[in-house]
Amino acid sequence: MTYSYFPGCTLKTRGKALDHWGRLSMQALGVTLQELPQWQCCGAVYPQAKDEIATRLSAVRALMAARELGQPLVTLCSACHHVIKRVNRDMAEDARIADAVNRYLQPETPYHGETKVLHYLEVLRDEVGFDKLQQQVSHPLRGQKIGGYYGCMLLRPSREMGFDDPENPSILEDFLAALGAEPVKYALRNECCGGYVTVENRAFAADQAQKVLDNAAACGAQALITACPLCLYNLQHGSRGGLPVYYFTELLALALGLKEADE
Amino acid sequence: MSDLMQTVQRISGVNPRKCMKCGKCTASCPAYDEMEYHPHQFVDMVASGRVDELLRSKGIYDCLSCFACVERCPRSVEPAALIEAVRVAVLREQGCNHLKPQQIPQRLDEDLPQQAITAAFRKYSK
Repeated sequence: MTYSYFPGCTLKTRGKALDHWGRLSMQALGVTLQELPQWQCCGAVYPQAKDEIATRLSAVRALMAARELGQPLVTLCSACHHVIKRVNRDMAEDARIADAVNRYLQPETPYHGETKVLHYLEVLRDEVGFDKLQQQVSHPLRGQKIGGYYGCMLLRPSREMGFDDPENPSILEDFLAALGAEPVKYALRNECCGGYVTVENRAFAADQAQKVLDNAAACGAQALITACPLCLYNLQHGSRGGLPVYYFTELLALALGLKEADE
Repeated sequence: MSDLMQTVQRISGVNPRKCMKCGKCTASCPAYDEMEYHPHQFVDMVASGRVDELLRSKGIYDCLSCFACVERCPRSVEPAALIEAVRVAVLREQGCNHLKPQQIPQRLDEDLPQQAITAAFRKYSK
């Protein structure tokens, strides 16, 4: 199966590992991620203001490019996924936004949210299947106690994201179990890492990240995984530290035998 | 209804009068300690036309947009959207950008991901 792929800015720069190991792993699993021929930054945050059109355009352009190719659009970064998925819903359900965007972009066929937007983890769970993934694991992460960190963007608002149970999610734990690791559930796995507020109020963001790390460590986790470069930064560099934090694609590549443990 | 109140409701698409004051948003808010007006108070102040005070509050820059309040509101009031609407009402005024490009170099370190800077500009500037 071939999917359109939107990597996003950070995955081309500070978050290269998330992208690199993600692509290699999907390839090994027989799934083709075809990067969109052209794309722009998604804007990093979803514009909640209903009267903003310009901040929605780059997401709509990516969605229309995927429609052109007749492929679902896959994202890997939690923030890109959040923005693109919600803007897609605006285009399908908010007639005023869709009308203004279509009048501005003037596409041959107006866009009304036709593209299916999937997160990489959803492709693993629903298209590849965790059972099939488990069969492909050549280097199981046996005995490793790892916590999945969800953060906010993948889960909320759940009526729009439709990703997992927003209060008691399980996709990362199921993913970790498929890799042979021992998933550790902890209460703050869906609590905010501090997000962009690290640029505005660093002390507050650092406290927020520290609470998450301390809670995970108290529950027995030895490491955390995330799908978001900003979560990784806040947990790893914004806080006083505690646990190592990896992109989930790094562990995936490790378990599939594509990556050496010391890389 | 005051013009400002109308503006905030138009930008957010939220009707604060739907609030039944259960306080779940405030109980869920990770930025609780940073906000002089907690989410349920914020909603109430928009509903009662006290938007002026909110425009001057520091808390509008500390909302994490984590959507915990939006997720848990039993009345779909979306406090985060109201906070965003008040913030953009401020930012859209001439000369009222909260984050200026000159401030960025001192806040950078070699690990800060690009998305943080883009997000901060989207949230704190027009």
